[in-house]
Amino acid sequence: MLTLNDVQAGYGRTTILHGINVEVQKGEVVTIVGANGAGKTTTLRSIAGLVRPTSGSITFEGEPIGKLSPHEVVARGITLIPEGRQLFPFMSVRDNLRMGAYTPQARARMSATMDEVMDLFPRVREKLEQHAGSLSGGEQQMVAIARGLMARPKLLMFDEPSLGLAPIIVAQVFDVVEKIVATGVTVLIVEQNVFRTLNIADRGYVLENGEIVMTDSGQALLRDDHVRRAYLGI
Amino acid sequence: MDTFLQLVLNGLMLGGLFAIISVGLTLIFGIIRLVNFAHGELLMAGMYLTWLGTTKLGLHPYVLAPPLVLVLFVIGVAIQRFILQPLLEARDAHVQIFATVGLSTALINLALLLFGADLYATPAAHVRDPIMLGPFRIIVGQLVMFGAGIAVVTGLHVFMERSFLGRAIRATAQHRAAAQLMGVDVNRIYMVTFGIGAGCVGLAAALVAPVYPTSPTVGTYFVLTAFVVVVLGGMGSLHGAFIGALLIGLVDSLSGFYIAPDLKEVVIFGLFILILLLRPTGLFGLGRGSE
Repeated sequence: MLTLNDVQAGYGRTTILHGINVEVQKGEVVTIVGANGAGKTTTLRSIAGLVRPTSGSITFEGEPIGKLSPHEVVARGITLIPEGRQLFPFMSVRDNLRMGAYTPQARARMSATMDEVMDLFPRVREKLEQHAGSLSGGEQQMVAIARGLMARPKLLMFDEPSLGLAPIIVAQVFDVVEKIVATGVTVLIVEQNVFRTLNIADRGYVLENGEIVMTDSGQALLRDDHVRRAYLGI
Repeated sequence: MDTFLQLVLNGLMLGGLFAIISVGLTLIFGIIRLVNFAHGELLMAGMYLTWLGTTKLGLHPYVLAPPLVLVLFVIGVAIQRFILQPLLEARDAHVQIFATVGLSTALINLALLLFGADLYATPAAHVRDPIMLGPFRIIVGQLVMFGAGIAVVTGLHVFMERSFLGRAIRATAQHRAAAQLMGVDVNRIYMVTFGIGAGCVGLAAALVAPVYPTSPTVGTYFVLTAFVVVVLGGMGSLHGAFIGALLIGLVDSLSGFYIAPDLKEVVIFGLFILILLLRPTGLFGLGRGSE
Protein backbone atom coordinates (compact mmCIF):
# COMPACT_ATOMS: atom_id res chain seq x y z
CA MET A 1 0.00 0.00 0.00
CA LEU A 2 2.75 2.44 1.05
CA THR A 3 6.37 2.08 -0.01
CA LEU A 4 9.32 4.27 0.89
CA ASN A 5 12.24 3.45 -1.37
CA ASP A 6 15.69 4.80 -0.39
CA VAL A 7 14.18 8.05 0.94
CA GLN A 8 16.54 10.83 1.93
CA ALA A 9 15.12 13.92 3.62
CA GLY A 10 16.06 16.71 5.98
CA TYR A 11 15.77 20.38 6.79
CA GLY A 12 17.93 22.90 4.95
CA ARG A 13 21.44 21.45 4.71
CA THR A 14 20.89 18.94 7.50
CA THR A 15 20.05 15.46 6.24
CA ILE A 16 17.97 13.48 8.74
CA LEU A 17 17.01 10.38 6.75
CA HIS A 18 19.88 8.68 4.94
CA GLY A 19 17.94 6.55 2.49
CA ILE A 20 15.34 4.47 4.29
CA ASN A 21 13.09 1.69 3.00
CA VAL A 22 9.72 1.19 4.68
CA GLU A 23 6.74 -0.84 3.53
CA VAL A 24 3.19 -0.87 4.88
CA GLN A 25 0.67 -3.45 3.61
CA LYS A 26 -3.06 -2.87 3.57
CA GLY A 27 -4.62 -3.67 6.96
CA GLU A 28 -1.27 -3.79 8.76
CA VAL A 29 -0.21 -1.98 11.92
CA VAL A 30 3.39 -0.92 11.46
CA THR A 31 5.54 0.95 13.95
CA ILE A 32 8.82 2.80 13.71
CA VAL A 33 10.79 2.85 16.94
CA GLY A 34 13.94 4.77 17.64
CA ALA A 35 15.56 7.34 19.91
CA ASN A 36 14.83 11.06 19.87
CA GLY A 37 16.32 12.60 16.74
CA ALA A 38 16.54 9.29 14.88
CA GLY A 39 14.19 10.63 12.18
CA LYS A 40 10.83 9.08 13.10
CA THR A 41 8.86 12.31 12.84
CA THR A 42 10.73 13.30 9.67
CA THR A 43 9.67 9.99 8.12
CA LEU A 44 6.00 10.71 8.83
CA ARG A 45 6.34 14.33 7.70
CA SER A 46 7.91 13.17 4.41
CA ILE A 47 4.97 10.86 3.75
CA ALA A 48 2.49 13.65 4.67
CA GLY A 49 4.14 16.05 2.21
CA LEU A 50 5.33 18.48 4.89
CA VAL A 51 8.96 17.65 4.12
CA ARG A 52 10.05 17.07 0.53
CA PRO A 53 12.42 14.11 0.14
CA THR A 54 15.71 15.09 -1.50
CA SER A 55 15.98 11.69 -3.17
CA GLY A 56 14.26 8.32 -3.28
CA SER A 57 10.58 7.69 -3.88
CA ILE A 58 7.38 7.39 -1.88
CA THR A 59 4.50 5.52 -3.51
CA PHE A 60 0.97 5.02 -2.21
CA GLU A 61 -1.36 2.54 -3.91
CA GLY A 62 1.10 2.35 -6.77
CA GLU A 63 1.33 6.08 -7.43
CA PRO A 64 4.23 8.38 -6.52
CA ILE A 65 3.26 10.89 -3.80
CA GLY A 66 6.70 12.24 -2.87
CA LYS A 67 6.20 15.51 -4.72
CA LEU A 68 2.60 16.20 -3.65
CA SER A 69 1.56 19.06 -1.36
CA PRO A 70 0.19 18.11 2.07
CA HIS A 71 -3.44 18.76 1.06
CA GLU A 72 -3.04 16.51 -2.00
CA VAL A 73 -1.66 13.72 0.18
CA VAL A 74 -4.70 14.02 2.47
CA ALA A 75 -6.97 13.79 -0.57
CA ARG A 76 -5.28 10.45 -1.49
CA GLY A 77 -6.39 9.02 1.87
CA ILE A 78 -3.38 9.51 4.16
CA THR A 79 -3.96 11.36 7.43
CA LEU A 80 -1.30 12.32 9.97
CA ILE A 81 -2.27 12.89 13.60
CA PRO A 82 0.61 15.20 14.45
CA GLU A 83 2.83 15.26 17.49
CA GLY A 84 1.64 17.75 20.10
CA ARG A 85 -2.04 17.60 19.05
CA GLN A 86 -2.04 20.80 16.94
CA LEU A 87 -5.75 21.52 17.40
CA PHE A 88 -7.38 24.78 16.35
CA PRO A 89 -7.44 26.33 19.84
CA PHE A 90 -10.08 29.03 19.35
CA MET A 91 -12.54 26.73 17.59
CA SER A 92 -15.09 24.49 19.26
CA VAL A 93 -14.34 20.79 19.44
CA ARG A 94 -17.20 20.26 16.98
CA ASP A 95 -15.62 22.65 14.45
CA ASN A 96 -12.25 20.93 14.93
CA LEU A 97 -13.92 17.62 14.02
CA ARG A 98 -15.66 19.23 11.04
CA MET A 99 -12.25 20.47 9.85
CA GLY A 100 -11.10 16.84 9.99
CA ALA A 101 -13.70 16.03 7.33
CA TYR A 102 -12.53 18.80 4.99
CA THR A 103 -11.78 16.73 1.89
CA PRO A 104 -14.76 16.40 -0.49
CA GLN A 105 -14.95 12.61 0.00
CA ALA A 106 -15.03 12.92 3.80
CA ARG A 107 -17.38 15.92 3.75
CA ALA A 108 -20.08 13.98 1.92
CA ARG A 109 -20.28 11.47 4.78
CA MET A 110 -19.52 13.84 7.64
CA SER A 111 -22.54 13.34 9.89
CA ALA A 112 -22.37 9.54 9.67
CA THR A 113 -18.63 9.62 10.43
CA MET A 114 -19.25 12.00 13.33
CA ASP A 115 -21.67 9.48 14.91
CA GLU A 116 -19.20 6.61 14.47
CA VAL A 117 -16.30 8.60 15.90
CA MET A 118 -18.37 9.80 18.87
CA ASP A 119 -19.15 6.17 19.74
CA LEU A 120 -15.40 5.67 20.05
CA PHE A 121 -14.95 8.82 22.17
CA PRO A 122 -17.93 9.23 24.51
CA ARG A 123 -15.99 11.80 26.57
CA VAL A 124 -15.40 13.99 23.52
CA ARG A 125 -19.14 14.07 22.83
CA GLU A 126 -19.69 15.89 26.15
CA LYS A 127 -17.20 18.62 25.19
CA LEU A 128 -18.34 19.33 21.64
CA GLU A 129 -19.24 22.99 22.23
CA GLN A 130 -16.10 23.88 24.22
CA HIS A 131 -13.09 25.64 22.75
CA ALA A 132 -10.47 23.00 21.95
CA GLY A 133 -7.81 25.13 23.64
CA SER A 134 -9.65 24.92 26.97
CA LEU A 135 -9.41 21.11 27.22
CA SER A 136 -6.83 19.14 29.21
CA GLY A 137 -3.88 17.57 27.41
CA GLY A 138 -5.46 14.10 27.44
CA GLU A 139 -8.78 15.39 26.13
CA GLN A 140 -6.96 17.34 23.42
CA GLN A 141 -5.16 14.17 22.32
CA MET A 142 -8.51 12.35 22.07
CA VAL A 143 -9.91 15.21 19.96
CA ALA A 144 -6.80 15.12 17.75
CA ILE A 145 -7.28 11.39 17.14
CA ALA A 146 -11.03 11.84 16.56
CA ARG A 147 -10.29 14.68 14.12
CA GLY A 148 -7.90 12.41 12.22
CA LEU A 149 -10.59 9.70 11.94
CA MET A 150 -13.07 12.24 10.54
CA ALA A 151 -11.11 12.14 7.26
CA ARG A 152 -11.95 8.41 6.85
CA PRO A 153 -8.31 7.73 5.95
CA LYS A 154 -7.06 4.61 4.22
CA LEU A 155 -3.76 5.04 6.08
CA LEU A 156 -3.71 6.64 9.51
CA MET A 157 -0.37 7.85 10.89
CA PHE A 158 0.17 8.60 14.58
CA ASP A 159 3.11 10.72 15.69
CA GLU A 160 3.83 10.19 19.41
CA PRO A 161 0.19 10.04 20.57
CA SER A 162 1.13 9.51 24.24
CA LEU A 163 3.83 12.20 24.44
CA GLY A 164 3.55 14.44 27.51
CA LEU A 165 0.49 12.70 28.99
CA ALA A 166 -0.03 11.27 32.48
CA PRO A 167 0.35 7.45 32.70
CA ILE A 168 -3.38 6.88 33.25
CA ILE A 169 -4.17 8.96 30.14
CA VAL A 170 -1.50 7.11 28.16
CA ALA A 171 -3.37 3.88 28.94
CA GLN A 172 -6.60 5.44 27.63
CA VAL A 173 -4.88 6.62 24.45
CA PHE A 174 -3.58 3.11 23.81
CA ASP A 175 -7.04 1.66 24.41
CA VAL A 176 -8.35 3.98 21.70
CA VAL A 177 -5.51 3.15 19.32
CA GLU A 178 -6.26 -0.56 19.82
CA LYS A 179 -9.96 0.03 19.10
CA ILE A 180 -9.05 1.88 15.90
CA VAL A 181 -6.69 -0.92 14.88
CA ALA A 182 -9.55 -3.39 15.48
CA THR A 183 -11.69 -1.54 12.90
CA GLY A 184 -9.18 -2.61 10.25
CA VAL A 185 -7.65 0.75 9.33
CA THR A 186 -4.05 0.56 8.14
CA VAL A 187 -1.87 2.25 10.77
CA LEU A 188 1.68 3.59 10.83
CA ILE A 189 2.61 4.63 14.34
CA VAL A 190 5.62 6.29 15.90
CA GLU A 191 5.70 6.08 19.69
CA GLN A 192 8.12 6.50 22.57
CA ASN A 193 6.18 3.82 24.51
CA VAL A 194 7.97 1.04 22.63
CA PHE A 195 6.63 -1.86 24.71
CA ARG A 196 2.92 -1.22 24.22
CA THR A 197 3.39 -0.20 20.60
CA LEU A 198 5.31 -3.33 19.60
CA ASN A 199 2.61 -5.36 21.33
CA ILE A 200 -0.12 -4.07 19.00
CA ALA A 201 2.09 -3.81 15.87
CA ASP A 202 2.23 -6.49 13.18
CA ARG A 203 5.68 -5.31 12.18
CA GLY A 204 8.23 -2.83 13.40
CA TYR A 205 11.22 -0.94 12.03
CA VAL A 206 14.11 0.21 14.23
CA LEU A 207 15.41 3.59 13.08
CA GLU A 208 18.82 4.79 14.31
CA ASN A 209 20.53 7.98 13.11
CA GLY A 210 18.39 8.15 10.01
CA GLU A 211 18.88 4.53 8.94
CA ILE A 212 16.74 1.42 9.35
CA VAL A 213 18.90 -1.01 11.31
CA MET A 214 16.39 -3.79 11.89
CA THR A 215 12.91 -4.91 10.88
CA ASP A 216 10.81 -7.80 12.10
CA SER A 217 7.42 -8.68 13.53
CA GLY A 218 6.36 -6.75 16.64
CA GLN A 219 6.66 -9.83 18.85
CA ALA A 220 10.11 -10.75 17.49
CA LEU A 221 11.40 -7.23 18.14
CA LEU A 222 10.07 -7.41 21.69
CA ARG A 223 12.27 -10.47 22.24
CA ASP A 224 15.32 -9.01 20.48
CA ASP A 225 18.31 -8.31 22.75
CA HIS A 226 19.32 -5.06 21.07
CA VAL A 227 15.78 -3.67 21.19
CA ARG A 228 15.31 -4.78 24.79
CA ARG A 229 18.55 -3.12 25.89
CA ALA A 230 18.23 0.08 23.87
CA TYR A 231 14.50 0.81 24.06
CA LEU A 232 12.93 -1.24 26.80
CA GLY A 233 15.67 -0.82 29.42
CA ILE A 234 15.69 -4.53 30.22
CA MET B 1 -28.92 68.54 22.20
CA ASP B 2 -30.42 68.10 18.75
CA THR B 3 -27.11 69.12 17.22
CA PHE B 4 -25.28 66.55 19.32
CA LEU B 5 -27.65 63.75 18.34
CA GLN B 6 -27.42 64.79 14.70
CA LEU B 7 -23.64 64.56 14.94
CA VAL B 8 -23.88 61.13 16.58
CA LEU B 9 -26.12 60.00 13.74
CA ASN B 10 -23.67 61.34 11.15
CA GLY B 11 -20.80 59.62 12.95
CA LEU B 12 -22.52 56.24 13.01
CA MET B 13 -23.32 56.51 9.30
CA LEU B 14 -19.69 57.35 8.52
CA GLY B 15 -18.70 54.42 10.74
CA GLY B 16 -20.57 52.08 8.39
CA LEU B 17 -18.22 53.07 5.57
CA PHE B 18 -15.12 52.71 7.74
CA ALA B 19 -16.42 49.28 8.75
CA ILE B 20 -16.52 48.00 5.16
CA ILE B 21 -12.94 49.17 4.47
CA SER B 22 -11.58 48.05 7.86
CA VAL B 23 -13.15 44.59 7.77
CA GLY B 24 -11.22 43.81 4.58
CA LEU B 25 -7.99 45.11 6.08
CA THR B 26 -8.39 43.23 9.35
CA LEU B 27 -9.32 40.02 7.52
CA ILE B 28 -6.14 40.13 5.43
CA PHE B 29 -4.11 40.90 8.53
CA GLY B 30 -5.77 38.27 10.72
CA ILE B 31 -5.58 35.42 8.21
CA ILE B 32 -2.57 36.08 5.99
CA ARG B 33 -0.66 37.96 8.73
CA LEU B 34 0.01 40.69 6.20
CA VAL B 35 -0.36 44.44 6.60
CA ASN B 36 -1.76 45.45 3.23
CA PHE B 37 -0.45 48.95 2.52
CA ALA B 38 -2.07 48.87 -0.93
CA HIS B 39 -5.59 48.63 0.55
CA GLY B 40 -6.30 52.32 0.02
CA GLU B 41 -5.07 52.21 -3.53
CA LEU B 42 -7.46 49.36 -4.27
CA LEU B 43 -10.21 51.68 -2.98
CA MET B 44 -8.88 54.43 -5.22
CA ALA B 45 -8.87 52.09 -8.23
CA GLY B 46 -12.43 51.08 -7.41
CA MET B 47 -13.49 54.73 -7.22
CA TYR B 48 -12.00 55.49 -10.65
CA LEU B 49 -13.80 52.44 -12.05
CA THR B 50 -17.02 53.75 -10.51
CA TRP B 51 -16.41 57.15 -12.08
CA LEU B 52 -15.77 55.54 -15.46
CA GLY B 53 -18.89 53.38 -15.17
CA THR B 54 -21.12 56.32 -14.29
CA THR B 55 -19.75 58.84 -16.80
CA LYS B 56 -19.00 56.52 -19.74
CA LEU B 57 -21.76 53.94 -19.36
CA GLY B 58 -24.34 56.13 -17.63
CA LEU B 59 -24.90 53.64 -14.81
CA HIS B 60 -25.76 54.49 -11.21
CA PRO B 61 -22.84 53.85 -8.82
CA TYR B 62 -24.97 51.50 -6.73
CA VAL B 63 -25.68 49.38 -9.81
CA LEU B 64 -21.92 49.18 -10.30
CA ALA B 65 -21.36 47.80 -6.79
CA PRO B 66 -21.83 44.06 -7.55
CA PRO B 67 -19.54 44.01 -10.62
CA LEU B 68 -16.98 46.11 -8.72
CA VAL B 69 -16.94 43.62 -5.85
CA LEU B 70 -16.28 40.89 -8.40
CA VAL B 71 -13.56 42.82 -10.25
CA LEU B 72 -11.76 43.76 -7.03
CA PHE B 73 -12.07 40.17 -5.78
CA VAL B 74 -10.31 38.95 -8.92
CA ILE B 75 -7.65 41.67 -8.61
CA GLY B 76 -7.12 40.67 -4.97
CA VAL B 77 -6.75 36.99 -5.87
CA ALA B 78 -4.27 37.93 -8.59
CA ILE B 79 -2.19 40.11 -6.23
CA GLN B 80 -1.94 37.27 -3.73
CA ARG B 81 -1.19 34.66 -6.39
CA PHE B 82 1.31 36.53 -8.54
CA ILE B 83 2.92 39.09 -6.20
CA LEU B 84 2.65 37.90 -2.60
CA GLN B 85 2.67 34.09 -2.87
CA PRO B 86 6.03 33.95 -4.69
CA LEU B 87 7.42 36.03 -1.80
CA LEU B 88 6.05 33.66 0.85
CA GLU B 89 9.26 31.64 0.82
CA ALA B 90 11.42 34.78 1.01
CA ARG B 91 14.00 34.79 3.77
CA ASP B 92 12.38 37.78 5.48
CA ALA B 93 8.60 37.90 5.96
CA HIS B 94 8.67 41.71 5.74
CA VAL B 95 9.40 41.48 2.03
CA GLN B 96 5.68 40.87 1.47
CA ILE B 97 4.84 44.12 3.28
CA PHE B 98 7.36 46.03 1.17
CA ALA B 99 5.69 44.54 -1.89
CA THR B 100 2.33 46.03 -0.88
CA VAL B 101 4.02 49.43 -0.30
CA GLY B 102 5.50 49.16 -3.78
CA LEU B 103 2.16 48.20 -5.24
CA SER B 104 0.59 51.19 -3.52
CA THR B 105 3.12 53.61 -5.03
CA ALA B 106 2.78 52.00 -8.45
CA LEU B 107 -1.03 52.29 -8.40
CA ILE B 108 -0.95 55.96 -7.31
CA ASN B 109 1.42 56.81 -10.14
CA LEU B 110 -0.59 54.77 -12.62
CA ALA B 111 -3.65 56.83 -11.63
CA LEU B 112 -1.67 60.08 -12.06
CA LEU B 113 -0.59 58.94 -15.51
CA LEU B 114 -4.10 57.95 -16.62
CA PHE B 115 -6.27 60.58 -14.92
CA GLY B 116 -3.91 63.34 -13.79
CA ALA B 117 -4.09 65.00 -10.38
CA ASP B 118 -7.57 66.52 -10.86
CA LEU B 119 -10.49 65.70 -8.61
CA TYR B 120 -13.28 63.72 -10.29
CA ALA B 121 -16.84 63.98 -9.05
CA THR B 122 -18.96 60.90 -9.66
CA PRO B 123 -22.52 61.84 -10.60
CA ALA B 124 -25.27 59.88 -8.86
CA ALA B 125 -28.99 60.61 -8.78
CA HIS B 126 -30.74 60.72 -5.37
CA VAL B 127 -27.63 59.85 -3.35
CA ARG B 128 -27.64 63.29 -1.74
CA ASP B 129 -31.42 63.41 -1.17
CA PRO B 130 -32.21 64.09 2.47
CA ILE B 131 -34.43 61.89 4.61
CA MET B 132 -36.01 63.50 7.66
CA LEU B 133 -36.25 61.43 10.84
CA GLY B 134 -38.14 63.81 13.13
CA PRO B 135 -35.74 66.70 13.69
CA PHE B 136 -32.80 64.77 12.25
CA ARG B 137 -31.60 64.76 8.72
CA ILE B 138 -29.60 62.07 6.95
CA ILE B 139 -28.83 61.74 3.29
CA VAL B 140 -29.59 58.58 1.33
CA GLY B 141 -25.89 57.91 0.64
CA GLN B 142 -25.08 57.82 4.36
CA LEU B 143 -27.91 55.45 5.14
CA VAL B 144 -26.83 53.09 2.36
CA MET B 145 -23.24 53.05 3.68
CA PHE B 146 -24.46 52.27 7.19
CA GLY B 147 -26.78 49.49 6.01
CA ALA B 148 -24.07 48.03 3.75
CA GLY B 149 -21.57 48.12 6.63
CA ILE B 150 -23.88 46.10 8.86
CA ALA B 151 -24.70 43.70 6.00
CA VAL B 152 -21.02 43.09 5.16
CA VAL B 153 -19.96 42.47 8.76
CA THR B 154 -22.96 40.19 9.43
CA GLY B 155 -22.50 38.34 6.15
CA LEU B 156 -18.79 37.78 6.73
CA HIS B 157 -19.43 36.64 10.28
CA VAL B 158 -21.96 34.03 9.15
CA PHE B 159 -19.65 32.95 6.30
CA MET B 160 -16.69 32.51 8.68
CA GLU B 161 -18.68 30.62 11.32
CA ARG B 162 -20.97 28.42 9.25
CA SER B 163 -19.40 27.54 5.91
CA PHE B 164 -16.72 24.94 5.27
CA LEU B 165 -14.58 27.51 3.49
CA GLY B 166 -14.98 30.09 6.27
CA ARG B 167 -14.07 27.47 8.86
CA ALA B 168 -11.01 26.52 6.81
CA ILE B 169 -9.99 30.19 6.67
CA ARG B 170 -10.18 30.46 10.47
CA ALA B 171 -8.38 27.14 10.88
CA THR B 172 -5.54 28.35 8.63
CA ALA B 173 -5.15 31.48 10.76
CA GLN B 174 -5.10 29.49 13.99
CA HIS B 175 -2.77 26.71 12.91
CA ARG B 176 -1.46 26.76 9.38
CA ALA B 177 0.36 23.41 9.49
CA ALA B 178 -2.59 21.60 11.08
CA ALA B 179 -4.94 23.06 8.45
CA GLN B 180 -2.69 21.56 5.75
CA LEU B 181 -2.94 18.18 7.49
CA MET B 182 -6.75 18.45 7.26
CA GLY B 183 -6.42 18.76 3.49
CA VAL B 184 -6.67 22.54 3.26
CA ASP B 185 -4.82 24.14 0.33
CA VAL B 186 -3.37 27.06 2.28
CA ASN B 187 -2.32 29.04 -0.80
CA ARG B 188 -5.89 28.89 -2.07
CA ILE B 189 -7.19 30.07 1.31
CA TYR B 190 -4.83 33.07 1.14
CA MET B 191 -6.02 33.91 -2.38
CA VAL B 192 -9.68 33.76 -1.35
CA THR B 193 -8.98 35.84 1.77
CA PHE B 194 -7.15 38.57 -0.13
CA GLY B 195 -9.94 38.45 -2.70
CA ILE B 196 -12.63 38.96 -0.05
CA GLY B 197 -10.65 41.81 1.53
CA ALA B 198 -10.29 43.51 -1.85
CA GLY B 199 -13.95 42.78 -2.68
CA CYS B 200 -15.03 44.70 0.44
CA VAL B 201 -13.06 47.66 -0.88
CA GLY B 202 -14.85 47.34 -4.22
CA LEU B 203 -18.18 47.76 -2.44
CA ALA B 204 -16.83 50.68 -0.40
CA ALA B 205 -15.60 52.37 -3.60
CA ALA B 206 -19.04 52.28 -5.23
CA LEU B 207 -20.63 53.76 -2.10
CA VAL B 208 -18.06 56.43 -1.37
CA ALA B 209 -17.45 57.69 -4.93
CA PRO B 210 -20.76 59.61 -5.17
CA VAL B 211 -20.11 61.53 -1.92
CA TYR B 212 -16.36 62.04 -2.01
CA PRO B 213 -14.25 63.28 -4.94
CA THR B 214 -11.88 60.78 -6.55
CA SER B 215 -8.15 61.54 -6.84
CA PRO B 216 -4.97 59.43 -7.01
CA THR B 217 -4.32 59.80 -3.27
CA VAL B 218 -7.91 59.45 -2.02
CA GLY B 219 -7.19 55.99 -0.64
CA THR B 220 -4.64 57.26 1.86
CA TYR B 221 -7.20 59.28 3.84
CA PHE B 222 -9.66 56.43 4.24
CA VAL B 223 -7.12 53.71 4.86
CA LEU B 224 -5.11 55.62 7.45
CA THR B 225 -8.39 55.89 9.35
CA ALA B 226 -9.04 52.20 8.71
CA PHE B 227 -5.67 51.33 10.26
CA VAL B 228 -6.73 53.20 13.42
CA VAL B 229 -10.03 51.29 13.38
CA VAL B 230 -8.29 47.94 12.98
CA VAL B 231 -5.86 48.61 15.83
CA LEU B 232 -8.66 49.95 18.04
CA GLY B 233 -10.85 46.90 17.42
CA GLY B 234 -8.01 44.41 17.82
CA MET B 235 -6.05 43.36 14.74
CA GLY B 236 -7.76 40.45 13.00
CA SER B 237 -11.08 40.77 14.85
CA LEU B 238 -14.13 41.23 12.59
CA HIS B 239 -16.58 42.48 15.20
CA GLY B 240 -13.76 44.54 16.75
CA ALA B 241 -13.35 46.28 13.40
CA PHE B 242 -17.08 46.98 13.27
CA ILE B 243 -17.29 48.48 16.78
CA GLY B 244 -14.01 50.32 16.17
CA ALA B 245 -15.36 51.76 12.92
CA LEU B 246 -18.49 53.11 14.64
CA LEU B 247 -16.38 54.64 17.44
CA ILE B 248 -13.97 56.30 15.02
CA GLY B 249 -16.94 57.52 12.96
CA LEU B 250 -18.32 59.16 16.13
CA VAL B 251 -14.95 60.68 17.02
CA ASP B 252 -14.58 62.00 13.47
CA SER B 253 -18.01 63.59 13.48
CA LEU B 254 -17.96 65.03 17.02
CA SER B 255 -14.39 66.36 17.00
CA GLY B 256 -14.95 67.88 13.57
CA PHE B 257 -17.77 69.99 15.03
CA TYR B 258 -16.76 70.66 18.64
CA ILE B 259 -13.02 71.05 18.14
CA ALA B 260 -12.30 72.01 14.54
CA PRO B 261 -12.82 70.31 11.18
CA ASP B 262 -9.15 70.47 10.33
CA LEU B 263 -8.14 69.06 13.71
CA LYS B 264 -10.25 65.89 13.65
CA GLU B 265 -7.37 63.84 12.28
CA VAL B 266 -5.23 65.05 15.16
CA VAL B 267 -7.86 63.69 17.54
CA ILE B 268 -8.13 60.37 15.68
CA PHE B 269 -4.39 59.78 15.55
CA GLY B 270 -3.98 61.00 19.13
CA LEU B 271 -6.45 58.27 20.03
CA PHE B 272 -4.41 55.83 17.94
CA ILE B 273 -1.27 56.59 19.96
CA LEU B 274 -3.24 56.26 23.21
CA ILE B 275 -4.54 52.81 22.22
CA LEU B 276 -1.05 51.64 21.32
CA LEU B 277 0.22 52.85 24.71
CA LEU B 278 -2.62 51.60 26.90
CA ARG B 279 -4.09 48.56 25.16
CA PRO B 280 -1.97 47.46 22.19
CA THR B 281 -4.13 44.36 21.60
CA GLY B 282 -7.16 46.60 20.95
CA LEU B 283 -10.66 46.29 22.38
CA PHE B 284 -11.36 42.75 21.15
CA GLY B 285 -7.89 41.45 20.35
CA LEU B 286 -6.93 38.18 22.04
CA GLY B 287 -3.48 38.12 20.51
CA ARG B 288 -2.22 35.90 17.71
CA GLY B 289 -4.55 33.69 15.76
CA SER B 290 -7.72 34.38 17.72
CA GLU B 291 -10.09 35.04 14.85
